[in-house]
Amino acid sequence: MASKQPSMFTNPVMRWVDERFPVTGLMKEHLTEYYAPKNFNFWYYFGSLALLVLVLQIVTGIFLTMNYKPDANYAFGSVEYIMRDVDYGWLIRYMHSTGASMFFVVVYLHMCRGLIYGSYRKPRELVWIFGCLIYLCLMAEAFFGYLLPWGQMSFWGAQVIVNLFAAVPFIGPDLAVWIRGDYSVGDATLNRFFAFHVIALPLVLLGLVAAHIIALHEVGSNNPDGVEIKQGPKGNRWSKDAPADGIPFHPYFTVKDIVGVVVFLMIFSAIVFFAPEMGGYFLEHNNFVPADPLKTPDHIAPVWYFTPFYSILRAIPPIFGSQFPGVIGMGLATLIFFALPWLDRGSVRSIRYRGTKWKTWFTIFIVCFLVLGYLGVKPTTVWGQFGDWASFLDTKDRATWIARLCTILYFAFFFLMPWYTATDKSKPVPSRITFGDKVAPAAGE
Amino acid sequence: MSEPINKSRRRAAIATAAVPGVVLGGAIVAPLVTSMTPSERAKAAGAPVEVDISNIKPGEKLNVEWRGKVVWVMKRTPEQIASLGTIPASQLIDADSKGSEQPGYVDKKTRSITPDLVVMEGVCTHLGCSPVAKLTPGELGNDWQGGFYCPCHGSKFDVAGRVFTGSPAPKNLAVPPHKIDGTRLVIGLSQDGKEA
Repeated sequence: MASKQPSMFTNPVMRWVDERFPVTGLMKEHLTEYYAPKNFNFWYYFGSLALLVLVLQIVTGIFLTMNYKPDANYAFGSVEYIMRDVDYGWLIRYMHSTGASMFFVVVYLHMCRGLIYGSYRKPRELVWIFGCLIYLCLMAEAFFGYLLPWGQMSFWGAQVIVNLFAAVPFIGPDLAVWIRGDYSVGDATLNRFFAFHVIALPLVLLGLVAAHIIALHEVGSNNPDGVEIKQGPKGNRWSKDAPADGIPFHPYFTVKDIVGVVVFLMIFSAIVFFAPEMGGYFLEHNNFVPADPLKTPDHIAPVWYFTPFYSILRAIPPIFGSQFPGVIGMGLATLIFFALPWLDRGSVRSIRYRGTKWKTWFTIFIVCFLVLGYLGVKPTTVWGQFGDWASFLDTKDRATWIARLCTILYFAFFFLMPWYTATDKSKPVPSRITFGDKVAPAAGE
Repeated sequence: MSEPINKSRRRAAIATAAVPGVVLGGAIVAPLVTSMTPSERAKAAGAPVEVDISNIKPGEKLNVEWRGKVVWVMKRTPEQIASLGTIPASQLIDADSKGSEQPGYVDKKTRSITPDLVVMEGVCTHLGCSPVAKLTPGELGNDWQGGFYCPCHGSKFDVAGRVFTGSPAPKNLAVPPHKIDGTRLVIGLSQDGKEA
């Protein structure tokens, strides 16, 4: 951690603080003397954007709790009250609901960056693992938050997800009752989900984000070439010990990130002001109907960011009369990301130098993820049915069979990775970072 | 100061402090975990529910709330009772309700105490959605004799709540413990009057 460094301040107040709290040390370590590779591209916007959305969610969330009532009798009404009667309540709520979806947009792109440039590989395994934990935490946070408006989709979504736990052999039914705090989703469930959503998970999330950044700054950032700048030549115009291909995070990347923030906020505002429901994908239509425990809506689907996993759940047929295999499949689909640093045995990190096998499998994976995501928002009959010749199959729905194929390929991407990466023909990796085809000029030239 | 460190004594001290520490930690966690189980009020709300069944006509279905779940109380028509016998067992996942939830005193095929009055939880055994009544024959294809359809994932059930093959639901709809006393139905009490 930050050792005692001569204060960077001339202001006596700041000097007084610096002698008692390492302001200089922390700023240097994480901003002005954190040397990041100078070839960061478009993909490197999403980490800082995720941080921005996190702050937006926390701030808007605090103001929503000032008017929201976590009570089954009042919750739906209090959200309508925020929308209609609280000054700018509509803005705060739409920012929060749009922020939830945009959080996942940004995080999925951030994870995709990690995949294409091999940012999870040694020595960044822990950065990746903290990231996976953040992703899991975020999914839980989104799930708990979705119950709070107490609409039809809130209610039945929670009903379905909590019942997944009831599929666990032996302890399942008791576990589901324990999670709900009642025999069905009710006031007790709403109250505890509120507690998890506004305090328990945000605390965990903030801790994990801090760990993610501390671990990253310990090992240093990866880059689009997957070249380790710390192993390259030393000395740039700021320091003779710093990597030659690194530039200080502040001001260079803080300024670059501000450009990203401006563009992002333009898109974000366009959604908040012109399409906050996003055609039913960010706020589902059925959720404008109060929760009715006695009537299930005609078609229920989770919000878009859960649909790839929901598709996997739906695709796996019950085995021996138990829904558990589907639940395992869905759980495994999210947890498998943790194993990535050890499944990948390729000799290079970045997609720029990967061979055909990895590129093919990666493309298959992305396509499958998107197809599963699409099928998850649609009923299983969306692509019609096979004819009578298919009577021997357990279901004639074409979409179910496509989802099954995609599920197999999704897992194959991970489970076959040790083989196809080890035997892949990679291209030679340059010794220094590049800008596309040009070799980087030394800093200051 | 110069006394040598007694390592075994130090370890014993750590162990003596750690054991009560773990016990106390557990003593604090246990009430927290237990506080999340259904409260006394929630349990009281799970008490048996009484229903007057004298006014239900054949073919009619009543929705009753018991423990926050929908329970269907339905009087089946003679045609509906007859249809149960004509469905081949091969089209049903659990024709004899061996792996499904029902009290021992109901018939495994009609899933009721008397053939006409059936009491079932209107909760899909797949993921807990509430199936919709599709009681008109032919409503879901030519060989459909009437039953229930779950809008969430397409599970189909006959009028005894038995699930058809090809449905994602693994079991037949559950029959809650219930007691019939003339025109009085009590859901949540078993036939011998014991609380479930």
